Amino acid sequence: MTDKVIEQEKRAFLTGNEVVAWAALAAEADIMYGYPITPQNEIMHYWTRLAPRYNKTFLQTEDELSAGFTTVGGVLAGRKAFTATAGPGNTLMQEPISMAEMLRLPIVVVIQQRGGPSTATVIYSQQEVTMTTIGGNGEGMRVVYSTSSHQELFDYTIKAFNVAWKYRFPTFVLGDGYQAKMREPLTLYDPESRGIELIKPEPYVGKEGTPGLDRPPAQYRNTYSMEEELYEKLTDYMKDYNDMAPAVAEYQESNVEDAELVIIGHGIVFRAVKAAVDNLRERGIKVGYFRPVTLRPLPVPQIKELFSSKKKVLVVESAFGQLARLLKEAAYGSTAEMLTLFKPGVGITSEEVEAEVEKILA
Amino acid sequence: MSVQPTMPKSWRVDTKPHKFCPGCGHGLVLKALGQAIDELDIQDRVVFGCDIGCSLLAWDFFNVDTVQTHHGRTNPVMTGIKRANPDLICIGYMGDGGGYAIGSQHLVNAATRNERITAILVNNAQYGMTGGQMAPTTLPGMKTETTPYGRDVDSTGYPCQGPEMVAAITREGAYVARASVARPVPLKNYIKRAIENQMSGNGFSFVECLSTCPTNWRTNNVETINFVEKEMTKYYNVGEIKVPDPKEPLGIKTSIKVPTGGIG
Repeated sequence: MTDKVIEQEKRAFLTGNEVVAWAALAAEADIMYGYPITPQNEIMHYWTRLAPRYNKTFLQTEDELSAGFTTVGGVLAGRKAFTATAGPGNTLMQEPISMAEMLRLPIVVVIQQRGGPSTATVIYSQQEVTMTTIGGNGEGMRVVYSTSSHQELFDYTIKAFNVAWKYRFPTFVLGDGYQAKMREPLTLYDPESRGIELIKPEPYVGKEGTPGLDRPPAQYRNTYSMEEELYEKLTDYMKDYNDMAPAVAEYQESNVEDAELVIIGHGIVFRAVKAAVDNLRERGIKVGYFRPVTLRPLPVPQIKELFSSKKKVLVVESAFGQLARLLKEAAYGSTAEMLTLFKPGVGITSEEVEAEVEKILA
Repeated sequence: MSVQPTMPKSWRVDTKPHKFCPGCGHGLVLKALGQAIDELDIQDRVVFGCDIGCSLLAWDFFNVDTVQTHHGRTNPVMTGIKRANPDLICIGYMGDGGGYAIGSQHLVNAATRNERITAILVNNAQYGMTGGQMAPTTLPGMKTETTPYGRDVDSTGYPCQGPEMVAAITREGAYVARASVARPVPLKNYIKRAIENQMSGNGFSFVECLSTCPTNWRTNNVETINFVEKEMTKYYNVGEIKVPDPKEPLGIKTSIKVPTGGIG
């Protein structure tokens, strides 16, 4: 047995990647599999330094396909396994993630978004929203948390393991290069000291007893020869997913009721949105904000309500409308006009958001 | 009363007869594997992983825990399981396309890392499940759906020497052999040694099995046996290629400063 990673709680000033490593330890993750790609590397760097102290392990694989499929293996063996990647690595990772969707394997994947398409920049973007939420050849049966601060990186990494093992869908923490590399104060804590019960993992293979004698063999396939068989399977999965959605979907909103314009942003861009709303409100300008915390499943009823009760919304993101596309689908049939501030691959400041609002409300 | 040949104890009787084509070599390789599992008495510890391609049909073949993976990805899945729970005995099962083409990077790196897993690769000189295209193992001049005039070595290269490659890139402790379904006794013995080698923690264990595909070869019984025994062996030497020596110490110890951001 090892000591608790964090006794009660502790203030710290860390980079986001470091926070993820600590959060995985606090969540009692057993093993990380990974392949180097910027800007997520330091998650591995800190995990490899910290892990041996707590009897945890790490495997550096030959590519992200392997990192994803070894993570799948770790989960099959009944361990809390995770990996982290970005950009082109996320592209490769979609293949193992689709296997995890098909076998309902609770892999946890941390994405630190970088510029795209292709190799683009190692720095920052919000351009991996589409791929992370609905990538792969399937139906996007995943849970995706988009964090906006280091405290949230810690909170939601812990939550990701619990949600993954509770509902058995691949679960993502969607950060970005800014969150990965900048330093911020936060409180690290022992989840159990805050009443968060950590869900224990269970093996899919290598269970107790001899297969065929004491129990049926545990056998998992992702290939189906009959269309109807697959249809039935996916119908069941989608029912589970839709049943889960209201319990998992999260959002934040403020000053919406009397707002002439509601600004929508996710991830780190939400911080610029929030600051802009605070500043504009101080000046008496009636604006509010709405922020989806889960990008998959989205808080659909709340988005519909927002788009039905407001005349105008402004969607702000560091991409050419990847969040906007998801919102349009969720809000289908509603009447609000959707205005946009899209800056793919670059950061967005509160001043820029304020200036855009002033232009709109002028 | 007819006398049926005995099935290995570790086979799942309720999924027999199996789903492979008549004359296919997979049944023989899987029989040898079943016998090896029986003789080693490890049915409760084996995790069997099959690839995509004809090998996927083995997903419910044994009374052992089984995972069907993706095309070429069985080695990393087995690696992931073994790393997470070293008490399990992980046996990956794949075709020549999965091992030598789409998953070649995984085979190479599992071998160089000396992963304590066993990989069994069935070489039938073409892609069976997809309808008989050229594989890395297709013989020179051999007709396939994508080499209808015969494999031209100038434009598509020579048959892949998989076990020789694995032997060249592994350290002492690895076990590497090439077997043939035409010789069931050594086939079983090689597979058994490859599993024992994993169990004793020596290193990566790899057996390529020369096998038959009368469906895509378009051969009758005699021609099928003739092809695997006479034609394939012109390019592929059957036998043990590397057997483990006592373990050498691996790796170099280094000391590094451990920054923790001031906590812990």
